Amino acid sequence: MKKLSSMQELDALRKELDGKVFEQGKLRVRACCGTACTASGSKKVLEAMDKSASDSGVDIEVVKTGCQGLCQKGPVMTVEPSGFLYQRVREDDVPNLFNYTFEKGISYRPSLFRNDILSDPIESVEDIPFYQKQVRIALRNNGRIDPRNIEHYITEGGYKALQKALSEMSTDQVLDEVDKANLRGRGGAGFPAGKKWRHTKSAPGDIKFVMANGDEGDPGAFMDRAIMEGDPHSLIEGMLLCAYAIGAQYGIIYVRHEYPLAVENLNIAIGQANELGLLGKNILGTDFSFDLYIREGAGAFVCGESTALVASVEGERGFPRPRPPRLSEPVGGVWGYPTNLNNIESYACVPPIVEKGSDWFRTIGTENSPGTKVFALTGKVNNTGLVEVPMGITIREIIYDIGGGIMNGKKFKAVQTGGPSGGCIPEEFLDMSVDFDSLRKVGSMMGSGGMVVMDEDTCMVDVAKYFLSFTQSESCGKCPPCRIGTYQMLEILERITGGTGTPDDLVKIEKLANEIVNTSLCGLGQGAPIPVLSTLKYFRDELEEHVHDKYCRAGVCSGLGKFVIENEKCILCGLCNKACAFDAVKETRKTFFIDQDYCTSCKACYTVCPVDAVQITKHPRTGAPEGAESKV
Amino acid sequence: MKIDFNNIDSAFGAIADVLSVKQKKRGLLIHAFHQIQKEHNYLPEEELSKLSKTLDVPISDVYSAATSYKQFYFKPRGKNVVSICMGTACHVRGAGKLLDTFKEEFGIVEGETTEDMSLTLETVGCVGCCGLAPVVTVNDEVVGEVDFKKFNDLSERIRSAK
Repeated sequence: MKKLSSMQELDALRKELDGKVFEQGKLRVRACCGTACTASGSKKVLEAMDKSASDSGVDIEVVKTGCQGLCQKGPVMTVEPSGFLYQRVREDDVPNLFNYTFEKGISYRPSLFRNDILSDPIESVEDIPFYQKQVRIALRNNGRIDPRNIEHYITEGGYKALQKALSEMSTDQVLDEVDKANLRGRGGAGFPAGKKWRHTKSAPGDIKFVMANGDEGDPGAFMDRAIMEGDPHSLIEGMLLCAYAIGAQYGIIYVRHEYPLAVENLNIAIGQANELGLLGKNILGTDFSFDLYIREGAGAFVCGESTALVASVEGERGFPRPRPPRLSEPVGGVWGYPTNLNNIESYACVPPIVEKGSDWFRTIGTENSPGTKVFALTGKVNNTGLVEVPMGITIREIIYDIGGGIMNGKKFKAVQTGGPSGGCIPEEFLDMSVDFDSLRKVGSMMGSGGMVVMDEDTCMVDVAKYFLSFTQSESCGKCPPCRIGTYQMLEILERITGGTGTPDDLVKIEKLANEIVNTSLCGLGQGAPIPVLSTLKYFRDELEEHVHDKYCRAGVCSGLGKFVIENEKCILCGLCNKACAFDAVKETRKTFFIDQDYCTSCKACYTVCPVDAVQITKHPRTGAPEGAESKV
Repeated sequence: MKIDFNNIDSAFGAIADVLSVKQKKRGLLIHAFHQIQKEHNYLPEEELSKLSKTLDVPISDVYSAATSYKQFYFKPRGKNVVSICMGTACHVRGAGKLLDTFKEEFGIVEGETTEDMSLTLETVGCVGCCGLAPVVTVNDEVVGEVDFKKFNDLSERIRSAK
């Protein structure tokens, strides 16, 4: 590729590519090669596809795209010009699929998307409910272009925003546009990006840094990975625009080491942009210069916190420090230079804002939270994957319309948003609008956008314990409230789920949780008790059941409940008898029963029973017999 | 990108212009750890002391930085490294059970290596494949929707790869 030394040359390149790349009417497969689809075997499928193509002599173009969103149904591919979407394509399907689609021109029904096994298959992408309610801004190119080919990005209108900014707009105008769009930080807290940029711009000093936070550590969130893997150039363009607006010269993308494909794709993208002269000295013939580098993390969750991230880049322990000084202030940033740090998704939203204007951006979403948000919809829903929806959509729409409802027809219990610093939202708020402020109002947060759906088989106390054990093990240990407090909270929760909790524990854990929120140094500690607090708020009855009745209604926590065998369901297979290590399952001539004196509630019989005949019930209340109090 | 310790500026590109020598040397640490670990599979003591001398960073600081990150190891690891994802989605879909099954099958707990060095069992926060929960990574290869059959295939593969 030749280096572009002016705007006109970029225009010329775009004109040249137009019609050549993504030529109209050509037979084309856009196959997802994201991490999830690769894990489901997309590489083998593509090899088979190549073989079919060369065998039949039909000329097709295969575009290896990033994540298309429908991760659970992978490998996913869309076919042009017919617009069919195929899912769960297996290697053996390929010869038939190829023959039907490209030679006969009809769809291959076994691989089409179905809402459930009984309904008719859906042919085209537009008719699939999973995609219908989505509005794609940050993921606009994901699943459409090959992330390793800068020509694809340019053909889809890439680097137009940069061109517009460099040729028509002053640095202040770019900043004003982002400010007016009220783009709020997609990393979780929702701090307005424009305000942050302004801070950094006004900081004294000539040398400034732009950093992107790709340390996506929240369990259950993977939108940043999808952007870095599937559309790295939109991140680069967003960072370029930020650098132009605030007058920065250097950029660093901090990526988790757990995302090797993201690092690889970003490296390729940066290489191509450098080659084309879209990065480096005198970009497109202007006097704006910007150099971009990648730094890898090494598996520390706390490094997603801004000050810890900076420490990690500088080669120190990944420890947070008190703020101020903020990153945007002279001594606070990386190597002491003022630094603007934003989330990957926030940067990916910037090019469309600059290109189409803030007014357009504000038409999407709500008044206080304009735009869209990418959610990683996971847990017990039928369609898991990445969805980008306008702010203000209700949780019900996301779970039932896009997610296709709860798996196996079970009952919805709660949805957990915001990862380990967020809370669980119960059924009563299903119709609440999803935006930064309303989520905060109900005691959860937007977080990076993980949305884990839970059904009646999930124990809320266990979930709270899970999140706490995560934050406890990830606590860096610098400040005592987080280091000692989370440990103590976890011990209390373990007692409760293990059946030795006392009513006093509930009082203690609530007090402790509030103290940790108020006294911790960084976001990790301040957020760690939130899952427990929200469980206390909305699922107190479940917690009390664990403490008072020694019973877990979801049947998750072992060591709780009274185990009985229902004789009507029992098929007398005897597995429970074999599984029991304490000889508590006794055999009579025609039945099995559990001797409560021997039973330790270990759940071995419950897990092994093939027909769900072993039931967990509440212990009868111990202490005074019923009605005893009234006589006294 | 391999680090050229004779010319550390190359690892920083244009940023090298605005950094002091000390900052540059320090900034290379994490990068160098990754490189050593890639080569040796863990961080051997000799390599770290060598690194401390080349970069003029006290050995205590080298260890201080290395120990704060979960992905650096100070003991040799097995030929196969299985990391079980403990993310939320995997947890909800039974990662705990999966971990127990691995522990039982190979007789080690997480963080340990089997005596014959065939397997190191680890847990990881989230690999970002939540759509395919429960997920296990085997030497960087992601295996999704692990059920009983896939587990058997995996354990067979690990045993045969000795």
